[in-house]
Amino acid sequence: MSTSFTAMTVSELQDALRDGATSADVTRSYLDRIEAEDGELGAYLHVDPEASLERAAAVDAAGTAGTGLAGVPVALKDVVVTEGIPTTSGSRILEGWKPPYDATVAARLAAADTVLLGKTNMDEFAMGSSTENSAYRVTRNPWNPERIPGGSSGGSSAAVAGGLAPWAIGTDTGGSIRQPAALTGLVGHKPTYGSVSRYGLIAFSSSLDQAGPMARTVLDAALLHEAIGGHDPLDSTSIDAPVPVLAECARRGAEGDLSGLKVGVVRELGGDGHADGYEPGVLARVAEAVALLESMGAEVREVSCPAFDLALPAYYLIAPSEASSNLSRFDGVRFGLRVGDDGDHDLDEVMALTRQRGFGAEVKRRIILGTYALSSGYYEAYYGQAQKVRTLISRDFSAAWDGAAGGGVDVLVSPTTPTVAFPLGSRVDDPVAMYAADLCTLPASLAGVPAISVPCGLSDGLPVGFQIMAPALADDRCYQVAAALEAAQDAARGSRFLDQLPRRAAQPVGGAA
Amino acid sequence: MEFHPSMSTPSQGPLSRDEVAHLARLARLAVTDEELDLFAGQLAAVLDAVAQVGKAGVEDVQPTTHAVPMTNVMRADVVRPCLPREAVLAGAPAAEDGRFRVPRILQEEA
Repeated sequence: MSTSFTAMTVSELQDALRDGATSADVTRSYLDRIEAEDGELGAYLHVDPEASLERAAAVDAAGTAGTGLAGVPVALKDVVVTEGIPTTSGSRILEGWKPPYDATVAARLAAADTVLLGKTNMDEFAMGSSTENSAYRVTRNPWNPERIPGGSSGGSSAAVAGGLAPWAIGTDTGGSIRQPAALTGLVGHKPTYGSVSRYGLIAFSSSLDQAGPMARTVLDAALLHEAIGGHDPLDSTSIDAPVPVLAECARRGAEGDLSGLKVGVVRELGGDGHADGYEPGVLARVAEAVALLESMGAEVREVSCPAFDLALPAYYLIAPSEASSNLSRFDGVRFGLRVGDDGDHDLDEVMALTRQRGFGAEVKRRIILGTYALSSGYYEAYYGQAQKVRTLISRDFSAAWDGAAGGGVDVLVSPTTPTVAFPLGSRVDDPVAMYAADLCTLPASLAGVPAISVPCGLSDGLPVGFQIMAPALADDRCYQVAAALEAAQDAARGSRFLDQLPRRAAQPVGGAA
Repeated sequence: MEFHPSMSTPSQGPLSRDEVAHLARLARLAVTDEELDLFAGQLAAVLDAVAQVGKAGVEDVQPTTHAVPMTNVMRADVVRPCLPREAVLAGAPAAEDGRFRVPRILQEEA
């Protein structure tokens, strides 16, 4: 091997495992790197090296390593419940809680004989865009330790970009997979709503939450998505459709022929008259990516989606409203923290004291906002109106796909984020500025359509993400187009995107270096 | 959930400190004075931003609750094992006699 396990893509790891490397060796390489680097990087909330190595040894003993995903390590965002393994969702209210069951996503990855490396840091209850709302620790961006890694899946993004996991599961409610992937130079995909089970994901906003892959390459993301996707009878919103074929689409896309593909560039996301708040470097990289798609045969045109302008206000009513309801389960009775149970305080008081101590500021703000938006007298003006805006956003997507309505495009594209990773601390006291980080990712969330972020270059030395959105259940198109773009850029660069990150390449720790 | 009808409407401007305190009570959140000061200002700014949804023309537009069509999901009425009681109670803040132990619900005289 010319390079260490921790710099490999998963498809390369699969080859190495088939060629005789052991899962224990691969797992140990990652654990060594976590031990050396995570004190500063802050990607993980829980790591149990002994358990990981035991699991890897069991896969090696079974002789299946290299078959499918067997023996490949994986990290899970701490919003995914794991039986007997601490799960906090980034909140003090769940400190020390060990769930009595596995989420379907965790169970499927375990059934595929992957090796759990650990649980990754996140904004508390996935509410945030920088991971600074974690109750536990700061997570840094491997490209620049003074910058945020994105959020809310910032532990997963930092782990994968920093070489502390080959890939990871994130969850995306308004952009929490795509935005951190964009800001750390990864591929991150939010699947069609309902196509990956939500069973065992600690709920934030149930009509929006989706789990998905965060990986170093488009092909890896497709492989991980295939492993977790498909119908689950335990999730009533799960779509009863076959597991999508995605890796094959990624391989085909990498061949670089996009002739016949119709690409719509969304005007409202960084286009003419809508560029306020977008960094010029981001818009330049995105324009170059669009030109690259065109050079591979795609037909490109601008598409207007006027309701996208209202995605941010609609989202920040709908998500807090659903959160205020979902988080009522944290009442200090059945699990987690209990404060003030001294015999004097009654249940109501204990509940209020528990939630005061257990929740952080952003969670409290959203609960209060959601309570307001759902209260009688305000419901129609806020929550009801936001749900109607949601309909308008879905109609804009439908019109874009529909040739008869003047659209007729196969995919819509935009920047993933208006800016590159911003400095730690720069937006923590200004919720509205923090929310703006989700500007481009919210429309696909509200409409439930699939969307991927793939790196498209650097601006000021930091990664820029390119977003590709597709109709519901056409996740394969996201992977195909993203793989074409990735392959063309890699060919022009002569190396993979992440190879530009010196921190990873300079310090191969352990493994078959 | 009830809310005082006399309180601000979308057109009447931001949330007051008292309103935030009332909402926190409804949501069973104890809040400190410092939190109230902080949240009132921040939530006013957030509310100002999200109130823009009012600008949309939504006549004859149906609300979307979920992005995929929702139907009631049934399963066969077959007994399946549930989680063991000990496993569930192990995560509880307090348990007694194989049950969740809760703080008192009623006042002394009740």
